[in-house]
Amino acid sequence: MNIKRMMMATAVAVSVATPALAELVIPSLVYRTGAYGPNGIPYADGYADYFALLNERDGGIGGEMVNLIECETAYNTEKGVECFEATKDLGSLVYQPLSTGITYQLIPKATAADIPILSMGYGRTSAANGKVFSHIFNFPGNYWSAASAVINHILDQENGDIKGKKIALVYHNSAYGREPIRTLEELAKKHEFELSLLPVDHPGQEQKSQWLQIRREKPDYITMWGWGVMNQVAIQEAANIRYPMEKFIGVWWSGSENDVIPAGMKADGYKALAMHNTGMDYPLYDDLKTYLYDTGKASGEHAGTVLYSRGMYAGMLAAEGIKTAQKMTGKSNITAGDLRDGFEVLEITEEKMAAIGMPNFGPSFKVSCESHGGPMVTAIQQWDAKNKTWSLITPFNPGDMDVINRLIAEDSAAYAAENNLSERCG
Amino acid sequence: MLYREAGDFKVSYQADQQTFPIRFDRLFFWALLASAYFVVPFFINDYWANAVLLPFLIYGVASIGLNILTGYCGQVSLGSGGFMAVGAYTCYKMMTAFPDLNLAFCILAGGVTTAIVGIMFGLPSLRIKGFYLAVVTLAAQFFLVWMFNKVPWFYNYSATGMISSPERTMFGYAITGPNATPAATYLFCLTFLVVLAFLGRNLTRGSVGRKWMAIRDMDIAAEIIGVNPLMAKITAFGVSSFYVGVAGAMIFSVYLGAVEVTEAFGIQKSFLLLFMIIIGGLGSILGSLVGAAFMVLMPVLLKNIMVNSFGWAIDIAAHFEFIIIGGLIVFFLIVEPHGLAQLWRIIKEKMRLWPFPH
Repeated sequence: MNIKRMMMATAVAVSVATPALAELVIPSLVYRTGAYGPNGIPYADGYADYFALLNERDGGIGGEMVNLIECETAYNTEKGVECFEATKDLGSLVYQPLSTGITYQLIPKATAADIPILSMGYGRTSAANGKVFSHIFNFPGNYWSAASAVINHILDQENGDIKGKKIALVYHNSAYGREPIRTLEELAKKHEFELSLLPVDHPGQEQKSQWLQIRREKPDYITMWGWGVMNQVAIQEAANIRYPMEKFIGVWWSGSENDVIPAGMKADGYKALAMHNTGMDYPLYDDLKTYLYDTGKASGEHAGTVLYSRGMYAGMLAAEGIKTAQKMTGKSNITAGDLRDGFEVLEITEEKMAAIGMPNFGPSFKVSCESHGGPMVTAIQQWDAKNKTWSLITPFNPGDMDVINRLIAEDSAAYAAENNLSERCG
Repeated sequence: MLYREAGDFKVSYQADQQTFPIRFDRLFFWALLASAYFVVPFFINDYWANAVLLPFLIYGVASIGLNILTGYCGQVSLGSGGFMAVGAYTCYKMMTAFPDLNLAFCILAGGVTTAIVGIMFGLPSLRIKGFYLAVVTLAAQFFLVWMFNKVPWFYNYSATGMISSPERTMFGYAITGPNATPAATYLFCLTFLVVLAFLGRNLTRGSVGRKWMAIRDMDIAAEIIGVNPLMAKITAFGVSSFYVGVAGAMIFSVYLGAVEVTEAFGIQKSFLLLFMIIIGGLGSILGSLVGAAFMVLMPVLLKNIMVNSFGWAIDIAAHFEFIIIGGLIVFFLIVEPHGLAQLWRIIKEKMRLWPFPH
């Protein structure tokens, strides 16, 4: 061990070998650079600020300080793997890579290392089946419930009948963008609408041909699975062809301020899914202001935006998981394995969120051994370009659970068969 | 002083033509190889394997491949990323279609398929040269990536279009999948690199390699002295693609484990390989390896120094990394346009004469 340490220190000056003191180590795989940086920064800030607040105000979680280690991935899977390898032996408790591609890489690796992954609203949808994916959690929602939520919203708009309607999916041509296709195809069969698929290649600046096709096909609704600069370009293009914005519905990753502001007033009425609330009207922001923004420990320049809120929400869920695990084990210095067990019995209630200072922020739900997917409820938010605010226009509604559960069972069974896994949870 | 030739007499042509004519070089090489096989595996950990050594070994194979085509035969290729994808997807199809087949054969099959595809895309090189050929290979890059995205058969109809490698073992040790030990994967890749580098070195200094170099230096003159340009170019494309395909298969199966074609084998991979051979040195096996080491190690080294030792913010470090690596590339190319291998050659000449240079 000593020689290994020496080799590490001398050869590449890797000082990652510093021993972890009694503290909770949380690696944060972020991207503050590259084509997806504008979306990665507010999320990373929200995540970091939430833990910084817990450190400043409460002295950590359960008396243990949180040590947040940021590692830049630039939304690149190879760098993501490097970050995972660099941090996993430091006592890392949970990974939230904010990238479907990196999540796919880490699912087997983290499971083998006994570290949970909380891929909140991204990653592999069928990981919601806890019987197969022991270490992966993707509450409170996933891509298939999101796809179903989009269709349900369209059904509401059309009074329950969308037979023969045309719905186009504009998607990031990657594992992330392709996730909803299977569900949408199933729903197209069920509700007899026409689905057309329009892939956009990384990084997504080039969308002329896709929108030309939209002008030709004239779909009744467009839904979008985009990320980074692709969102802005798509909304601008939609504005350019005067597509009615209230018929253009993005997934929750395509609905932040960054995405709509460039199109100005033309983006007014654009809709996106939401897995949580947004805005500054939460008591938690008073504490954030007192302890972080005013003392200069954090800039707070993104405070209140959708992606900052999402980072905060991700931090909150992880912190609640840690609290649950601490209560379960009776010790404050938990391990990654303890946290996994904690996540499995995590319960988010209205009272808990109110006590944190985030009343009504997200849905209340309960995780179980069988279901790692949470409630799978989704709301719709709409952009008001004049006041520059997002507001929820529907309550949190469940998706078409028959279809989703069937698809999750199918896909997770395929994964289990491929990897010779047997089902857990009795 | 160490670098002496005095007393090292060559009494046969064979001895005179060997890869390492200087005794010190020879000894150093064997010592390096021995420590790579017998010392490193005992000290390697996950971080070293997955962040440093595996990418170095695998990109080493790929850059030897590209160097054969570009450095030795003079045909510019921007399609390496696409060819890597061919290797990776062939390997994946073989792994899933024949679960009992040894991983090494899947990887070699990836190489062979890539060689065939490479020859197909190399045929235009008989008519067009230079930049125009580069554009044709660029077309190969985009076409291949598009195809692997478009045709679901290649990714076994998975919902996301990602391919992931199931666990495969060799001599009872897992090489792929999450349970693979760093030592096993390292030794596996090291063996591939050593065998392929040995093969590459000997190909390039034999009659085949001389034909490639003749074509590179002046194709008309080469044709007049009896080199068949068709055969020379086709073999160069074939051999080069084989190497690149093997590297692609290893990136997918051993290194990453799950791959998405647009991200893992996009145009930036083609450029990365091209940078490796340009910085390392065109027309040199050592240069390929040095170039691969430079491009793989530098970012990791800089990141560790700036973030872990200096404690800089990660985004500032990431931006500095771009600046420093870009600056180093420019610096090395100004100081020595023939790459790091040429730099080493000059140092060696100086050392042989030292301390009496006249």
